[in-house]
Parts: sequence; structure tokens; C-alpha cells
Amino acid sequence: MPNDVLTFKRGGVHPEDRKYLSSKKAIEILPTPKEVIVSLSQHLGAPAKALKAKGDKVVKGEKIGTASSFISAEVHSPVNGTIKAIKKVTLANSVSCDAYVIEVDQEAPEVDFVKTEWKNKTKEELLATIKDLGVVGMGGATFPAHVKFSIPKGKEAEYLVINGVECEPYLTSDHRTMLERAEGVVEGIMIIARVIGAKKIIVGIEVNKMDAIKHLREVIEASGYQIQVQPLKMKYPQGDEKQLLSATIKKEIPSGKLPLDIGAVVSNVGTCFAVYEACAKNKPLFERIVSVTGECIKEPKNVLAPIGTKIGELIDFCGGFTEEPDKIVSGGPMMGFSFYDLETPIQKGTSGVISIKIENIAPQTACISCGKCVQACPIGLMPTMLYRNINVGAYDMALNKYSLMDCKECGSCAFVCPAHIPLVHTFKFGKKMARRKK
Amino acid sequence: MRVVSSSPHFHSKNKTSSIMWNVSIALAPASIWGIYVFGLRALLVLVVSIAASCLTEYLLGLIDGKNGLIKSTLSDGSAFLTGLLVGMNMSPLVPLLVAIIASAFAIGIVKWIFGGLGQNWMNPALGGRVFVFFSFTSLMSNYAVPRTLSVVDAVGSATPLGFVKTSIAGGALNLSPTDLMNQAGYPVTHFAQNIASSTGISPYAIDAFFGNIGGCIGEVSAFFLLIGGIYLCAKKIISWHTPLSYIGFFAVLTWLFSGYRSGLGFASGEVLTQIFSGGLFLGAIFMATDMVSSPITKKGQIIFGLGCGFFTFLIRYFGALPEAVSLSIILMNMVVPTIDRYIIPKKFGTVKKVREAK
Repeated sequence: MPNDVLTFKRGGVHPEDRKYLSSKKAIEILPTPKEVIVSLSQHLGAPAKALKAKGDKVVKGEKIGTASSFISAEVHSPVNGTIKAIKKVTLANSVSCDAYVIEVDQEAPEVDFVKTEWKNKTKEELLATIKDLGVVGMGGATFPAHVKFSIPKGKEAEYLVINGVECEPYLTSDHRTMLERAEGVVEGIMIIARVIGAKKIIVGIEVNKMDAIKHLREVIEASGYQIQVQPLKMKYPQGDEKQLLSATIKKEIPSGKLPLDIGAVVSNVGTCFAVYEACAKNKPLFERIVSVTGECIKEPKNVLAPIGTKIGELIDFCGGFTEEPDKIVSGGPMMGFSFYDLETPIQKGTSGVISIKIENIAPQTACISCGKCVQACPIGLMPTMLYRNINVGAYDMALNKYSLMDCKECGSCAFVCPAHIPLVHTFKFGKKMARRKK
Repeated sequence: MRVVSSSPHFHSKNKTSSIMWNVSIALAPASIWGIYVFGLRALLVLVVSIAASCLTEYLLGLIDGKNGLIKSTLSDGSAFLTGLLVGMNMSPLVPLLVAIIASAFAIGIVKWIFGGLGQNWMNPALGGRVFVFFSFTSLMSNYAVPRTLSVVDAVGSATPLGFVKTSIAGGALNLSPTDLMNQAGYPVTHFAQNIASSTGISPYAIDAFFGNIGGCIGEVSAFFLLIGGIYLCAKKIISWHTPLSYIGFFAVLTWLFSGYRSGLGFASGEVLTQIFSGGLFLGAIFMATDMVSSPITKKGQIIFGLGCGFFTFLIRYFGALPEAVSLSIILMNMVVPTIDRYIIPKKFGTVKKVREAK
């Protein structure tokens, strides 16, 4: 029933959502910065291969990096300008990779992108466009979209589930996208549905965005498409595809499998809009909406910024800090990455930049086996047992008996842990050690 | 200074110390009732137990803190809680030295030598109590009569459980516990008599429920312990799984089989008097739910509760000694690592294997 408020069954936590800081702020366009840093690793998978050299002139939307393997994506220049250097940069997630430093030519004429009618294109043409224009998953994982939308022979995508959940606290970029760019999102959904051949389309949105649910329903009704908008209860981590599918189509993805194995494809609303821009406007993915928010930001905003914008400039655009934050996080506070360098550029997957004070500090105490982490885990793992085994170096035990690799680091366990044990940190470490041992 | 650390960057308000203090708060109604019915001597026992427990924790912290082995956990309230529980498990007439020994044993031996908070396999307070019970049995079995019971004589100074047990051992057959107590003229409050005459429930069960019986300071009032338990459930510190499966299974076994010992046969047991008296409520709500020494998963907690109920039934009706609740919880504490090893929650996405048609 479309009006029943659904949610996933197992585990989950209820962090305060703090979205009020920026949820009412309309998208603002950032004035083009003087310099952008565009990394070649904008996506999950192999970094793109550089196509330009130092000193080359580039125009907005020109391809500057090309996919180097199957799971990889194209990279386009977000600005008109000259490549000043190609250097190693450290991204917010502490990954180091090659990046173009592009000096912006403010005098250059604006580039126009030619509109086309996507309905006249075939499935294959649409998929080629999505690949060629560098669309990746905008929810944060940045999985190359063309790979996700290529349905292998023998598989069928019955459901297309659109992710408008945005369960991470603070972030509002998807919320604003649904409010201000609904028409584009809906067109994008229909393009994806045609590419993958989906029969049923469901958009999942948490009930803290009732305005988005209402608006999207109106737009869908006006367009005449068959899309169901499904309200969902507020619960973290509902935005994960496993939990989203369990909430919307009541099916669980088996361990180690993909949504496609249960006949579904999940896509973020931001991705839908990017697909629409690529297929209907010929516009490559080179800009995105970033929620610049948090208690330490003077004027939280949702900013449309070119990829490669330095985070410091975004923060300046929002009035700077009211006080020095304890943490600056790229992404949401539950799964995002904290970093310190304000020169760090935004990526295709940067949904938000939040500047926060550390709250609820308490000393780490011994594990008292309260089992809160076990109840919170949406995957049904035993975080406390994983922690104990990794701590004594029993990686095999953690891996085989307690299914370490099924952990997706959503942070629910560490969020509720009364002993303030750095569980996710330990699991990341454990995964690395377990891989090394193999 | 900007901190770079692993996600999550957001934390709930949960704290170990708030769990410990909340359990202490939940114990407050029952302890206040104990102080009210047994007088200031009860308060003294509680204070001495808490002080001894905190002091032991502090002193051991000084020794081990220097070596950097175990940090003192005095501030998290766990030593206070252990001391309070030890005190509540003492008769108000117990010599203060016994209470001190129990507290020191609980913290020093049961908790500290295994590695401090989180590492003990047995509930410290129970360990302390059982240790002094078997060391000073006569001192520990000297129960006071609550001030709410009007008649004070030799009969009244035995706890209902002890009284029934000795009577049956002395050859009183074919009588239910209530009849036995009636015959001996076991004291009962007017309040309980009034309710009993209008509802038909045994007046001894009513007295036991509200705490008008002899016993340890903290265990006499099932009613106030229940209030504490509901508070903890509402705060999501404990869950209903252990107490309910414990008390429920014990009640079922009592109803079905306890009649046999007095020759009354199957399904003739008196349930209410049995579950409200003795340390069952204190044990089931506050001791069996001790996070450290009970299973992690809900399923495991139910198994744990059933085991506790079974052993309490065995020891209370067929054992030579009292201490059914303490001993059965300690017995089950030993099984916890095994329960935790085998009871693993079903992982997301594991589906029943469908047998393929050939």
C-alpha cells in the first residue's frame, strides 16, 4: 500500500536528524572558483586514465579522463581553463591519487549543451550516453552508473527502487534535489527504467521529508508515469540498498550478492537527475549539490558547485565558521570521512560537508556485553564478538564465524555503544588485516 | 584542533556509567522499603557494603593503575552498584564485618582478578553473597521480622520459604504451604487479610508481594523490585526476556511439580507465594540481567532465563540448602560463554534453502 509507512525489520538506530539547519535553504549556485582540483578517482573502481597534459586548455564538459577498466568512469572538466599541473592529492577519504589542477579562465564564453529528446534513443544509446558522460552513483558510493545499469544476460531487473531516503543526519542535498529538480528526477527515473527494463518503480522517501513526498507525487501525476512514492519510517541506515529493498519490496539481498540477484536495481535521486542531464541535455556530470552544514557553519546552505571545488571555498561561501569545529566531515556523520585540509576538493560523491563539534564524549570503558550493538546491527552480526576477535588477532574467527566481510561499516553499533568502543575503526582494521593474511 | 578519526562522527547519549547509575536508581525503591521495614540497621548495612565495595575498587585501582593493567572503574558506578546489591542481599541483622567481607570478595576476587569490569564470568554481588553464606551460614540465616508484621515470635522470624521447607522435612504432608502456615499461625498483616478475604488469594502471597515478610534487606518487596524492573525496561537497559522466562518457567514448574514434595501430586503447586518470596524477583530482575555475566543475544537470554528457572525449582524444592536463586544464577553464569558461542543471530539475507524439485 503506497500510504503505509514502511521500514526495514532488523536493527537500525535513530540518530537526531539535524536536517533543519539546511533543509529549508534553496539551492544556491557557487560563483565559479579561480582554481579547481579534479581527481582522476571520482568513482569506485580503477582511477580514470588522464587524457590531457600540463598546459593543455580545456573547456567545460570536455573529457579529461577516460575509464581505464570495466569498473571505472569518465571524468570531464567542470570549468573552462588551463591545466596548471597534474599532482598527487589526498582526498577526504585519505585516498591519494592523481588530480588535475585547473586554472579557471573567467573570460571564456559559456558552453551551451544541446538538448535532445531521450525518448527517441534506444536502450543501448542511452547506456552509452550515461557511460560517456561520466555518470556515477551520487549517493556516496560513486559506483559507475553504466555498470550498474548493464543487466547481464540471464538476469532481470523487475524493480527499480529510487533512493530518496537520505537517512544520514544533516544532509539535505537529495531533499533539495527532489523539491527543486523533481521534473528532471522523474525524467531520469524513466530513462533508467527504460535502460534496465524495469516493470515496477518505487521511490522510497523517509517521512521527515513529507514536502518532497508530496511534491514528487504531484510531479509524477502531472507527467502520467507509473511511479509509486513510498513513505518510509525514519530509521538509520535505511538509505543502504539492502535496508531500502527490505523496506520497499520486502526482499533480502543474500550475503555477498547484489540487488540484481533479487531482481532490483537501486539508484539515488541525485543519480537520476544526473542521468536526465546526460541523456536529455548532453551535459556531463561535472557539478553537484553539496550540503554545507553543521553547527559550526555560520550560514548552512545547499550549494551547486563544480566538482573539484576546494572545500574551504564552499565554507567561505557559507559565511565561514562560527567557531572552530572539532571535525570536518565529507559526507554524513555516520559514514562520512573526517579530514583536516580545507584544500581538499569535492568529488562526484560528496553529498555534504559538515563541520561539527564532538558531542556526547565519554571515556572508553571495557565492553560490558550489553548487546546493544547486536540489536542495532541491521545485518544481524555480533559487533562485540567481531571486536573481541579482531583485538586478539583472531581474524579468521572474525571472518568465518562472525562474517566480518558482511559488515558495511554503517556505524550503528558504534553509535549506540555505551562503552564508546571504536567498533567501526576496529572492523576497518580487521578487514585490512584479514585481506593481507589471505 | 581538527580531529581525524574513523566514522561514525556522531554518538548516542549511551554511557556505561549511566547504565550503572540507572540500575542503582531502579534498586532505590526496594532498598528504601527495606530500610523502612527493618529500620536504620538496614541502612547501616547498605552503607557499609557500598563503602567497602568502593574502597576495594579504589585500592585495587591504586595497585593496578600503577602498572597500567586495569584502570580504576570507580567513576563508572559499577562498584557502587555491586556494593548496593551486596548490601541488599544481606539480612539486616548481619554483623557488619560479614557485609564488608562479602563486598571485598565481590570486587576483589570475583571481578578484579578476572580483569575488572566486563571480564567477570559471575555476577560479583552474587559471588560475594554466596561466599559469605557458606562461610557464615548461621549469621546469614538470621532474618529479621519486618515492622509491618504485628506478631513477633519464633515462627515469624523464619522466612516463609524456610518455614515451609523445615515443616515438610519434619513430616507435614498433604498440606499446601498456605495451609501449613495457617496451622502454625504464621503472622500476616491486616492489609493482606483484607485483600485475601475478598479475592481468595493466599494472604501470605500478598504479604510477600508487598514486602511484609522476613528476608534480606532488598529482596522482601517484589512490588518495589518490579517497579525498578519496569523502569529499567522503559530505559531499555534490560529487556524482559531474562526475567520473564526465568520467573515464568519457575512458576510453571512450581505449579506442575512442587506439590509432589508434600504428597499433593501433579499440578497442585502454589505459585504466587513461591514466586514473590525469597530472592526470586531481586535475582531475576537485577542479577540474572547483569549484562556482563548474561548472554548477549535475546535468544540466549531466554535460554539463560529458562535454565535459571529450572535450577531454582530444583534447588528450592529438592535441595538441602536454601540459596536457590543465587546458586542457579551462578550455575547459569558458567554456561553463558557456551550459549554465546552457539546462539548467533540469523544474518541478513540468509534464506531457508528451498529443496529443488527433481
